[in-house]
Amino acid sequence: MEQNILKVTDIKKSFAGVQALKGVSLEINAGEIHCLAGENGSGKSTLIKVISGVYTPDAGQIVFGEKTYNKITPIESIRNGVQVIYQDFSIFPNLTVMENLAFNQELANKRKLVNRRRMRQIAEEAIGRIHFDVDLDAKVGSLSVASKQLVAICRALMFDAKLIIMDEPTTALTRKEVNALFKIILELKDQGIATLFVSHKLNEVFEISERFTILRNGERVITGATSELNNKKFAYYMTGREFEDGSFEPKDISKEPILEAQGLGLDGYFDDVSFRLHRGEILGITGLLGSGRTELALSLFGMRQVDSGTITIEGKQVRLKSPEIAMNHGIGYVPEDRLTEGLFLPRSIGKNIIVSELDSLSSRLGVINRTDKKKEIHRWVKELSIATPNPDNACSTLSGGNQQRVVLAKWLARDLKILILNGPTMGVDIGSKHDIHQLLKRLAEQGLGIIIISDDIPEILANCSKILIMRNGKINAMLSPEEADEQIIFQRMA
Amino acid sequence: MTKFVKNLTQRNETYIFIVIVVLSLMIQFRSGQFFTSNNIVDQLSALIVPGLFALGAFMVIVSGGVDVSCPALASLSMYATTRILVDINYQGGIFLPIIMSLFFGAILGAINGVLIASFNLPPLIVTLGTSSVFKGIMQGVLGSVQIPVIPRGMSSFGAASLFIAKNPQTGLTSRMPVAFMALVIVLIIVYFFLQRTMYGRGLYAVGGNEISAHRAGFNVWMIKFLLYVGVGMISSLAGLIRVCMMTQAHPTNMLGMEMMVIAGVVLGGTAITGGAGSLTGCMLGTILIVAVQNSLILLGIPTFWQGLFLGLLILVGMGVSALQVTRATKVKGPMIKGAQS
Repeated sequence: MEQNILKVTDIKKSFAGVQALKGVSLEINAGEIHCLAGENGSGKSTLIKVISGVYTPDAGQIVFGEKTYNKITPIESIRNGVQVIYQDFSIFPNLTVMENLAFNQELANKRKLVNRRRMRQIAEEAIGRIHFDVDLDAKVGSLSVASKQLVAICRALMFDAKLIIMDEPTTALTRKEVNALFKIILELKDQGIATLFVSHKLNEVFEISERFTILRNGERVITGATSELNNKKFAYYMTGREFEDGSFEPKDISKEPILEAQGLGLDGYFDDVSFRLHRGEILGITGLLGSGRTELALSLFGMRQVDSGTITIEGKQVRLKSPEIAMNHGIGYVPEDRLTEGLFLPRSIGKNIIVSELDSLSSRLGVINRTDKKKEIHRWVKELSIATPNPDNACSTLSGGNQQRVVLAKWLARDLKILILNGPTMGVDIGSKHDIHQLLKRLAEQGLGIIIISDDIPEILANCSKILIMRNGKINAMLSPEEADEQIIFQRMA
Repeated sequence: MTKFVKNLTQRNETYIFIVIVVLSLMIQFRSGQFFTSNNIVDQLSALIVPGLFALGAFMVIVSGGVDVSCPALASLSMYATTRILVDINYQGGIFLPIIMSLFFGAILGAINGVLIASFNLPPLIVTLGTSSVFKGIMQGVLGSVQIPVIPRGMSSFGAASLFIAKNPQTGLTSRMPVAFMALVIVLIIVYFFLQRTMYGRGLYAVGGNEISAHRAGFNVWMIKFLLYVGVGMISSLAGLIRVCMMTQAHPTNMLGMEMMVIAGVVLGGTAITGGAGSLTGCMLGTILIVAVQNSLILLGIPTFWQGLFLGLLILVGMGVSALQVTRATKVKGPMIKGAQS
């Protein structure tokens, strides 16, 4: 029997009448890598905040070894060896690495005065533990995301941490950086430090964790060994729904292509790219970072102008000089980073939906017809089942999946012929991801031409009727989903 | 050495310093009056009050806020102090007036502090509000009028000089007021707090990322509260010094200085977004503003042009600062994006 370093039992917590945790229990053994998974709003973050002492639970116990708490302060939690690495890393970009590393300890020791020599010593010790090579006098803001994360990890390790909680640690990392992070997590395991890894990314759960706990709607669905888990079970536990893995069979493909690209080129990004997109088709474009896939998408939406080649829409050759022109040709684009490029987060959901069709909703004088506006908003909220009590709420109140639906609604409200989506389900949980995929398939069946750009290969395989693989700015292969699998695509990408 | 030079070229302070030197040389060239001992002493003497305000404004900006209530706070506090002392026919030295104004300053600053720290209101809005309230109390409740004669202890402090500089050519003399020492002492204290205490580093930490500061274990409430109390005291002291040096209490004399002070701080390279800036830059920026204000007259430029020049200076300074921010985020932009796609 392995020893628990942390055991929480029957934790309950509610906010303003909403029960975020309905009696959740969790045990972490010394040195284990435990994955806490769940969709947005399942209570993962709340549970972490209860363990780290940020929130006081309404009921339940937190047990560290022999010590039992009904509520715990952040300092007590730290003293019991809990360290949380938040998604934003909780760093000070304006201060040096040294200060970032040393502050917590200096504060915990109730130091009033600054002693730079002692702080440097602390910092050097901290980075030494994971052999992290960094200039201690550099401002943290100037480091890469991965380095910032390492600073946060180093800082966490200084408190004789027994348990490190990482909140979605891989979100902003490249694959290579993720591997480096996993190596460090394994190193920590060798030092007897447990990691609670919060994620909703399936492959990561499988790759790194030994045990997992899945939450849904504030309740623990299951805890078990990762080896007993598979894709299907995982998705089921997360959402409580069964998903078909099936692929997309386009029904009604138009004879004439709706979009035809001939020898497109953009200096330094891509070259000689040709393809055809028909009505009713979903074309998947994939490739590694820097393969030119994003630039290609931007060119098709007029954000970048191609240097060579032609674009033909419904038989007419067009020059997409600006997004406005592209939009007039019936092209819509859902950007990679919907938060900064696709939405007006503080504005209401309704306003976000109708923003691209304001022209058609307003009279000749530019006055917006209110009833039409309301009708339109309600139509889309219903059609895309956007989960909100009130479309007047700010967009930022929605979960990732629902925000993505708002972006889609924004485009669908216009009469589109072609919809280009860049990373359509990035940062979206499984249930919403599935819904978005269903929606895209339905839209294709209704006669829209869709282009999905993604590095999520299962997503491409399950949704696209044609797969275009880019490598170093060129099309390396054009496959149908039947002749492709993950292995083949990976080989063609690299 | 090259690293040192490179470091220098990247610092805002260097450019401000160059601008000050160029401006001084221009004035010297035109009037021959800038690098005279009495003019330099005059400039330093004119620096005392804006300098004190700037130290307060600097700390607030570093913490991520902005305080526009300093002059109103200082006016109310100095007026109350002077009024009371005049009414009781106070005959003592400067010690009691200083204690009184520090006390009033702390109380008024605490009002700002509680509103900002406890209710998490935006500092600009809070201080705009309290600024009006302070003015209102002074003009309405206290019925402020000019107090032409102030207690002797105060006026003699204002008139006391460290040394007197004489210009051998013109025969003009200028005194270096003892009050200059107040600026020096406050500067040293602020430096010590910001650089050598965890409280000061906490101020930078809060300015960098308030949530992280809280998580790291800083008492954010206390840091903010004490900040505004301290700034209130510094501003009050500035107000009192102004009264002493003018040997009369003019209630509205300081109002409107806040923008000039903040401009000086930002010109000196303090990030308006908080978290970054140096005391050197803060003082250099203020010196530049004061020099422009006081020297255009030496260039033979009528005083009403002052506003124009100051405005341009502020726009350029703010522009440079804003440009640096956008440049910094631009460097970060692709890195994050690249990692995500």
